[in-house]
Amino acid sequence: MPPAERREDSIDGAVAQTQVHSEQESTNMKFAIKAWCKSGRARVGLLQLKSSSSLGQGGPPAKEIEIETPALLLTTRKGLPAFISPDHLSFLPSPDSRLLQFSPMHFMEGPNSKTISNIGGVHRLLGLQGYGFVAVPRDSILSLPESYSSNKNGASFETPCGRFLVKPLEYMKMITSMKPDLWVSLADEVPASVTAKRNKTSVDRTITWLDDCISLNPRERALFGSVVGGCSVEERQRCAQEVAKRNVSGYYIGGFGLGDSIDERSTFLHAVTDSLPKEKPRQVCGLGLPEEVLQGIAAGIDLFDSTYIYHLTLEGFALIFPLNGKCKQHVSDPQLCATAGDYTKINLKATVYRKDASRIVEGCKCYTCQNHTKAYINHLLNVHEMLAQILLEIHNTHHYLSFFRLIREAITEGKFEEFRQNH
Amino acid sequence: MALRFEVLGRFNRARAARLTLPHFLCETPLFMPVGTQGTIKGLTTHQLEDIGCQIILGNTYHLALRPTSELIDEMGGLHKFMNWPRALLTDSGGFQMVSLLHLADITEEGVTFQSPVDGKPMLLTPEESIQIQNRIGADIIMALDDVVKTTITGPRIEEAMYRTLRWIDRCIAAHKKPKEQNLFGIVQGGLDPVLRDICVQGLVERNLPGYAIGGLAGGEDKDSFWRVVAQCTASLPESKPRYVMGVGYPLDIVVCSALGADMYDCVYPTRTARFGTALVPEGVLKLKHQSMADDTRPIDSTCECMVCKNYTRAYLHCLVTKDAMGSQLLSYHNLYYMMQLSRNLHSSIIEGKFPEFVCDFLRKMFPEGDVPEWVCNAMEVAGIDISSCSTPLNSKLNLHTSSG
Repeated sequence: MPPAERREDSIDGAVAQTQVHSEQESTNMKFAIKAWCKSGRARVGLLQLKSSSSLGQGGPPAKEIEIETPALLLTTRKGLPAFISPDHLSFLPSPDSRLLQFSPMHFMEGPNSKTISNIGGVHRLLGLQGYGFVAVPRDSILSLPESYSSNKNGASFETPCGRFLVKPLEYMKMITSMKPDLWVSLADEVPASVTAKRNKTSVDRTITWLDDCISLNPRERALFGSVVGGCSVEERQRCAQEVAKRNVSGYYIGGFGLGDSIDERSTFLHAVTDSLPKEKPRQVCGLGLPEEVLQGIAAGIDLFDSTYIYHLTLEGFALIFPLNGKCKQHVSDPQLCATAGDYTKINLKATVYRKDASRIVEGCKCYTCQNHTKAYINHLLNVHEMLAQILLEIHNTHHYLSFFRLIREAITEGKFEEFRQNH
Repeated sequence: MALRFEVLGRFNRARAARLTLPHFLCETPLFMPVGTQGTIKGLTTHQLEDIGCQIILGNTYHLALRPTSELIDEMGGLHKFMNWPRALLTDSGGFQMVSLLHLADITEEGVTFQSPVDGKPMLLTPEESIQIQNRIGADIIMALDDVVKTTITGPRIEEAMYRTLRWIDRCIAAHKKPKEQNLFGIVQGGLDPVLRDICVQGLVERNLPGYAIGGLAGGEDKDSFWRVVAQCTASLPESKPRYVMGVGYPLDIVVCSALGADMYDCVYPTRTARFGTALVPEGVLKLKHQSMADDTRPIDSTCECMVCKNYTRAYLHCLVTKDAMGSQLLSYHNLYYMMQLSRNLHSSIIEGKFPEFVCDFLRKMFPEGDVPEWVCNAMEVAGIDISSCSTPLNSKLNLHTSSG
């Protein structure tokens, strides 16, 4: 497959609305691009996931999820959000909140592959048959790439129950038993600080393991090929071009958020996305902050995971940045400064909120804002009650999903660059 | 009085009733989960409503410390502060003080203790307790009582009982919202039937909206426990609710309901959830146990809750005690179990099937028929025939029955 050509859409004031259909690599995933931004990289797409009943046991009826991209994959611990229980998950905006990301390594201390198979795969294991699951080996909280221990046989990950060397065969066994909707090939993700030689090795290994995964791939499940290459434009391009030659449904861009700097990142992102076919979806891991997300979208990425919400929630922060895409609020508000907040978030632990009977964000439709006040959450945080994290994760997820929705609108309306400036 | 209590059905001493409180219409017998600090750990109010909780407890001691009763009052009361539309009950604060603070001391004035915040000497009087509870705004508030552990013997018990009676008058005098909040008195007297009787009479004279049986659930043997409950329920007014504080285990609730009690509270279901233990008809299921790792069954195949409908023991095994979600899901199931038990008690009494329910309950919990002796004795007094589900203990049964 030749490297994708850069589109030279010279559009005056309008955005090209093009339908480009992806190749059908699998029967359960479709991806189509609906709109491009002026610069030609950022795009709005539609990802469709289908699944028929599992195990032929008269399982759940066929489900179809249609998600617009760029989209946020919700971070999970062992498949479920850290604090949002399934009944509350269903109150989040749909279908925006229907894509969940997990690492098979979450289950090292979980049910084993055989048990998961017996239960019928992750959808049944987690009681979330109507949701889409994306399996990625790397997880920024529970399955961190430990590149020093990786070798030619497998990738090493640091998990709460120890360090594991995961070989392609074992990885595939896990994927086969778990049956996610989308899954990412095993990659050798290395931090920015490695030598050029180690970096080159990581590309070689990643490509080899991709081929291993492909040969073991259950055909009905969509595989994303991993692209690494660290902080070397040449290696990034080499890896992307090699992966682009393989028969995959989409691409996972790894190696970011491991010590690389946001300032130089665009170069490497573009090196990859410019070398990949446009019509297939691209996912990245480790770009969680709003500015990082915008940077990734500007480079042509469609799917993001983010631990931003998780960390905010643990620390007692609630997102408040205005979602109307208008000018940055120049808030030199001493109250905000004193409470470690800023125009994007407030820290509800601060005493200033003790008697604040207002909602985190007026007009926010999330369960937390519809039902509770800042004062109550302040109290919960002060007495270390789990309900604080539950309510915060709900609100923060809701708010961040709205952010993504606004980005999609901005791209569709041809206003993405302006939107990016304002944030 | 700010409540109505209507008995809708009976079986001997057991009764099913409608308890109308300012914020909610409840059905008894009922279990009240404990939301110590203005929240049930790990559950949202939406979930509590889904589960069918009717009344929730708040602990006055904890809430007075944080966020303080004055703040709660300013925010419009605890219902509004935590956004719980149904009923609330607060305890007096006395019990926590005595059990949590090693330097607490009880005098005629009140409970003196060291503030956990700054070590200053502080005093909780009956008046102060009622004022704090008035500010919090619960549907039911508890009198400050002089609570003594049942494992203590001697004149202290008598002293505590009489002091409780003197304090109830101070509580009544201090109560500013009798039309919105119901002040329950608490029967003390240790394990001494004479003292208990004096206390009951004294409280009944004050014509309170409801009565609690206190001083139990603290380590006394089960035989003594049920006898005190039986004695109190026999002499407390029929037309008012009876609340056995600190109870408890499902078995204890079934026995006390058979004896004529209506309301219960305990931290047990939610606390044991956080340790990975699920409540099931057979007793308990320890999800942390290695045998659960491959078990693809739900916690309880007869349970209709969201957790049992969606999750296997195997998955829960990997969550409990490690992930917050484990606590949440297990607390959800355990509270659902308790509320289902409450619903079953209520409906079986109304439908005239209470003895069948009791036998079925005991059969599941004691499949070998080895129902504990104390339960057999209590059921005899309650007039419930459990011979179909328990192995007879021959003469032992006859020797120990009391004149109910």
